[in-house]
Amino acid sequence: MGMTIAEKILQAHTDTLNFKPGDIIKVNVDVALANDITAPIAIKAFTSSGVNRVADPDKVVFVLDHFTPNKDIASANQCKMVRDFAHEYGIENFFDGGDVGVEHALLPEKGLVLPGDFIIGADSHTCTYGALGAFATGVGSTDLAAAIMTGQAWIKVPSTMKFTFTGELQPWVGGKDLVLYLIGDIGVDGGLYHVLEIDGPAISSLDVSNRLTISNMAIEAGAKAGIIPPDEKTEAYVRPRAKRPYAMYESDPDADYISVREYDCANIEPQVAFPHLPENTRGISEVGEVRIDQVLIGSCTNGRIEDLRIAAQILEGKKVAKGLRCIVLPATPEIFLAAENEGLIKIFLDAGAILGPPTCGPCLGGHMGILAQGEKALATTNRNFVGRMGDPKSEVYLSGPAVAAASAITGKISSPQEVTS
Amino acid sequence: MIFKGQAFLFGDDIDTDAIIPARYLNTSDPEELKKHCMEDADPEFFSKISAGDIIVAGKNFGCGSSREHAPIAIKASGISCVIASSFARIFFRNSFNMGLPIFESDEASREIRQGDIVEVDASSGEIRNISTGKTYKAKPIPGFMQDLIEDGGLIKHIEKTGKI
Repeated sequence: MGMTIAEKILQAHTDTLNFKPGDIIKVNVDVALANDITAPIAIKAFTSSGVNRVADPDKVVFVLDHFTPNKDIASANQCKMVRDFAHEYGIENFFDGGDVGVEHALLPEKGLVLPGDFIIGADSHTCTYGALGAFATGVGSTDLAAAIMTGQAWIKVPSTMKFTFTGELQPWVGGKDLVLYLIGDIGVDGGLYHVLEIDGPAISSLDVSNRLTISNMAIEAGAKAGIIPPDEKTEAYVRPRAKRPYAMYESDPDADYISVREYDCANIEPQVAFPHLPENTRGISEVGEVRIDQVLIGSCTNGRIEDLRIAAQILEGKKVAKGLRCIVLPATPEIFLAAENEGLIKIFLDAGAILGPPTCGPCLGGHMGILAQGEKALATTNRNFVGRMGDPKSEVYLSGPAVAAASAITGKISSPQEVTS
Repeated sequence: MIFKGQAFLFGDDIDTDAIIPARYLNTSDPEELKKHCMEDADPEFFSKISAGDIIVAGKNFGCGSSREHAPIAIKASGISCVIASSFARIFFRNSFNMGLPIFESDEASREIRQGDIVEVDASSGEIRNISTGKTYKAKPIPGFMQDLIEDGGLIKHIEKTGKI
């Protein structure tokens, strides 16, 4: 029997032979990631244990990206705890201050996550790196502490579901629309415990940024990982960034899939997820009249330079609707600088948008863009649960950057075609 | 170990933002987190429950974020265990790693009513609805995860065995 990419990566990281879906195996970890919210619990678990040892400091990455710049005293104390630990144990891949980017935009950019890696992160959107052909999955802080101590993690071997996207992408459709469409089809637990393997000509046509958006939201279908087969675009992205060897795996033709689905992109228009689950998707033509108070363009899902270019293309020479707050958060310092050099920052400011630093902040209702009772936001983020961006009686809608930028101009959820001719 | 308490019912897809909203994640102190447990699903939850009570939910309980604050908040609140039709995978492993007992039973999830008195035998996986007399069998727990429970969680397991 042939193997899937996921199975090949697991096999390269475990001593167990002939494992099958459902088996629990011990796997060597290439990268163990945590942030300012999740690292403190891992550090507490580490320091309260009798195991006072970091297996390999070079495999540990800490990014202080969630409640930074420090939103309050308690958040500052959490950051300090991580900072002190990083210094004490010689964690070189520690991102603080002006080096901070939103972790899942930052790690690929820095070449810290590579094809063929087995990666765990104490952040559910760690699955983003599947877009590079890695097995990357979110875990909790205790798992992270265990990986810091031992260099290993335990994992239940998953089955793989295959999704193939064919046909031509429609105007203003990107990775976000494809993954929202997929989640709308299978539901928020449609991929529970499985790996999603996502391929096809439409996926091959996407740049790495759009692929990262797709894998980012695999967790919103409950999946363990969302893997896109690496190709020459992956290699072109990774080669100049990598500082260690990597391996590009492909699934065998006779690999075993628990299910196979095909989507024709001819039928996929820009998508919007309605409150309060990412599976509540509608095509933009079926949205109706939804007035909004805030637009957020940013996050690990859609805060890369390619996303900002799309938003700027729509906002150029236009104004944000009166009374609407349009917040733009470039996801990393490098993206921020590129946006400045390309003139995008000026376009956003001229349009009346608010520019903020790289941070997860408003996406999870932390800071820098919290919603009041009854307010509605359209965000390029990944979750629209009750209270996600603020008051429990506020509402979050999700879309890609094109619909978000168009809606910022009109003040209601709108197709990009309404504001471009 | 036997858990016994009143059932508090929740629906499908209860996410970790409902279990512990992110606005409270500027601390990982269980005593602080417990006050906000389930707040966005039921603002009165923490004041209504007594030690030993049991959460009974639908499918995909704990979906969303990887925050371990979610099982920490539930455990600190005094809830003895969670029964659900299914659990989201990160919440599932977090619960075993940090020692919150959880049980999967579709039938129990569908039939137990708000306020029923429920008893769970952790070792046999038997769920008994004292109020109706009906019993259910939870899905068996894999061997490695039973080891984790017996050792007192993942970190204690590593302390004992020197590895995962």
